[in-house]
Amino acid sequence: MIVKLSEFRLKGLVFLAIVVFALPLFISNPFHYSLATQIALIAGAVVGLNLLVGFAGQISLGHAGFFGLGAYFSAIMTSHYGWSAIPALIVGAFGVGIIAWVVGRPILRLKGHYLSMATLAVGFIIAIILNNEREMTGGPDGMPVPAFDVFGWELSPFGQYSLFGMDISGDLAWYLFAGVVLLVAVWLAQNLIDSPIGRALRSVHGSEVAASVVGVNTTKYKSLVFVISAVYASVMGALYAHFQGFITPAVAGFEFSILLITMVVLGGMGSTIGVIIGAVVLELLPQVLADFQEFEMVLFGLILMLTMIFMPKGLLPTVANFLAKRRSKSAGGDA
Amino acid sequence: MNGTLARYTKKFLAITAAGLLAMSAQAADPIRIGSFLSVTGPASFLGDPELKTLEMYVEKINEEGGVLGRQLELIHYDDAGNASKARNFASRLIRSDRVDIIVGGSTTGATMAAVPLIEQAQIPFISLAGATVITTPVKKWVFKTPQSDRMAAERILTDMESRGLTKIGLISGTGGFGSSGREQTLAVAKEMGNIEVVADETYGGSDTDMTAQLTNIRGADGVQTILNFGFGQGPAIVTRNYAQLSIDLPFYQSHGVASDGFLELAGDSAEGLRLPASPLLVPASLPDSDPQKPIVEAYKSEYEARWNAKVSTFGAYAYDGLMLAVEAIEKAGTTDKAAVRDALENIQGHVGVTGTYNMSADDHNGLTADSFRILEVQNGSWKLVN
Repeated sequence: MIVKLSEFRLKGLVFLAIVVFALPLFISNPFHYSLATQIALIAGAVVGLNLLVGFAGQISLGHAGFFGLGAYFSAIMTSHYGWSAIPALIVGAFGVGIIAWVVGRPILRLKGHYLSMATLAVGFIIAIILNNEREMTGGPDGMPVPAFDVFGWELSPFGQYSLFGMDISGDLAWYLFAGVVLLVAVWLAQNLIDSPIGRALRSVHGSEVAASVVGVNTTKYKSLVFVISAVYASVMGALYAHFQGFITPAVAGFEFSILLITMVVLGGMGSTIGVIIGAVVLELLPQVLADFQEFEMVLFGLILMLTMIFMPKGLLPTVANFLAKRRSKSAGGDA
Repeated sequence: MNGTLARYTKKFLAITAAGLLAMSAQAADPIRIGSFLSVTGPASFLGDPELKTLEMYVEKINEEGGVLGRQLELIHYDDAGNASKARNFASRLIRSDRVDIIVGGSTTGATMAAVPLIEQAQIPFISLAGATVITTPVKKWVFKTPQSDRMAAERILTDMESRGLTKIGLISGTGGFGSSGREQTLAVAKEMGNIEVVADETYGGSDTDMTAQLTNIRGADGVQTILNFGFGQGPAIVTRNYAQLSIDLPFYQSHGVASDGFLELAGDSAEGLRLPASPLLVPASLPDSDPQKPIVEAYKSEYEARWNAKVSTFGAYAYDGLMLAVEAIEKAGTTDKAAVRDALENIQGHVGVTGTYNMSADDHNGLTADSFRILEVQNGSWKLVN
């Protein structure tokens, strides 16, 4: 049974599901739920970004821009125009997809540093717009966001709900919801990776020239994955805004873009579960280090540096490699 | 060293086993004052003096025997000016550290991000940020110590009116402070009726020359005075450009630049300009009859002696916040959250560094526009006019 499971294509997803649903057995503090919810939503965006960075080998230093656009679209539509959260989320994701497609076509022709610069600029432009459109976005001071509602039923971190006859707090409800969203995000990403599109993307990563020689329409696939990752960011951004209840343009800012890409690199490019671990580590570290306030930044930098020097492939792939090596060694010893 | 390590270990254990904390709330325990401030990052000029002030006065109060016979314990986190971090730390203060009251929130964004949580958790919160939205409309558990930008606008326009200046050329920064100030100025001018804004120009945060905007204002029909609402280096550049163009109109700045640093940046060109400011800039020239005088002087000398740095008006917001919290806890005679909140709301005639606070059910700031003093730059230093 265990052997079978370890060969199962979606074993990572099963593992993740166990972790997500077992976590409430170990934590009960609402603050911890609220952290876990945020991590799950940001991890969802990182899984999308990983499709672009880890599989197609393209970089985006402006991904927070799409996250912020999704967040603000939903915030503005639900608070100023009385939309319900779900249609706002879907229309927002659709709009962000179109924007990503329009800007992606020309800039994905660029390579290396030039592509980084172009995506960086896209992120900056979005952040500047959010900062300046005070009437709509509240400017640099931010704006409040109504609770997430589904057909008139509200999901608020402050509510009380009953699920299968059990009373659960709003924090726990949000956590479970975010956990399920993350699982769906991973499931979709995993299926995409294992499809012909996924193979085409990996060939682009390996060698774009070789890929186009064997007949892969590289431009098309690159734009496609750029759009998909932007939609991921937009959806997660919208949910994040409703969960937080208040957003500022920092959600679309440069620092957040860098944080997202660092999560991908730290966790392990191209490993869906790895990048989630990256998100968990980078979101939890500031909380753990907050007690060493004077040294917080130094320790944070040190941990990142050491990881990159000794684990250049990222946390999960390095550990997995190490375990695999040990296993083959001990297997060799037995024979 | 061992002590620090032990403290860290203790704190670490406290996070992982937060449940234990719930049981440890006994009478002899310290009163826990929580704070989240922007100590690093772009708003560190606010958070840094605020944290220093809280630290030194918590120490001082403890040396003098604490509050209600209990020591104070300050638990503070750095939100780096990031609103979602602020929300997380507020959540941690309330649910994990289980503090009795929160004094913090350096920026409007950080404050507003934490407000829904605080209202829900029902814990008294004294914000140190300026914008009007924080206490208007009144939120049951939220108070604040700085005057709002609306009061600054009122104070400036009233002073203009008293000098017979009714046609204003407005120039403002596009940052949070400048654009909010611009809105409030336009609103106040409309309400006062006899004041007219004849020019309305803006500049970006990183602009290095505002002569174009000032030339437009000078050319505006019937303009009698210029008002700049802005923050950072922009207002200093506006002041220099104003002098270079030798514009011969009375010039006003906002409380955003009321610091000695601004005088150094603007140099001679600041001569004659007026602005609303905290009495902290001119403690010596306050009349002896002013009840704020001893408090302002004491805060200034104690802060400067302890930190060997210039006192700032932002630190004074934290001083007032802490002292209001202490007075409320003493009046309530308990740290029961609802009782402390009620006591806060009933504080009358509390003399602070920023002004005299008179709280009420529909005013959770408690200051009036009069708490701003109008200062004029004369011979390179601040002079109290009014």
